[in-house]
Amino acid sequence: MTPVVRTIAALIFPFIIIFSFYVIMHGHLTPGGGFQGGAIGASAIVMLIVAYGARNVKKKAKEESLSIFESIGGLVFVIVGIIGFVAASSFLYNFLVGEPLFGTIPPFGSNPGILNSGGILPILNIAVGMKVIGGLASVVLVMALAGGDEE
Amino acid sequence: MRWVAFVVFAAFLLFAAYELHPFGEPDDSRMDDYIISNAQNETAANNAVTSVVFDYRGYDTLGEATVLFTAIAGALVVLRRVKK
Repeated sequence: MTPVVRTIAALIFPFIIIFSFYVIMHGHLTPGGGFQGGAIGASAIVMLIVAYGARNVKKKAKEESLSIFESIGGLVFVIVGIIGFVAASSFLYNFLVGEPLFGTIPPFGSNPGILNSGGILPILNIAVGMKVIGGLASVVLVMALAGGDEE
Repeated sequence: MRWVAFVVFAAFLLFAAYELHPFGEPDDSRMDDYIISNAQNETAANNAVTSVVFDYRGYDTLGEATVLFTAIAGALVVLRRVKK
């Protein structure tokens, strides 16, 4: 692409990533969550692929490392579920409610929200977000690399 | 023959739209009421939708993540170039 597109893409990229992290981290307070925020973050990487070409993106982020990133997200999800099975009664039990980490119980009814709440929900949101970012970005990267040799 | 199918399908859709359940009046609202009144205490999260998706129906979300994982693994297996 032209230098104008490349410059604007490089300027916008960190803001899209920050918005993606915001949507993932506030999944238990506002609309959104792991899947949605992960799709936003993956679209930022797709924008870089469109602007700079798949080969230049591959120098910074290989699809192997992206899919390892994705698998770590899936492992965190399952491990949190098994911890709920061991520490409490059932698989994916919300064992962090009432604990100091992520355990603050909000008042009943509508309220502004506390970031340090939600039990295991923020951890699962981060895990799913890692999964979606790594997975979608690696699929688009591999498709762009397999598509052809043009820049 | 094609317009017969069209008329039958359109009549079916109109009938379905006419017979739609009225909005906001569920037949049995026990589960909705339970989640609305208990989700904040039981999962410590303000967003009741997220608490349903990740806590009450967390196993379903695990299956959804597995679907995503399988699709991506299939795409990578088919499309990845391996250097010889």
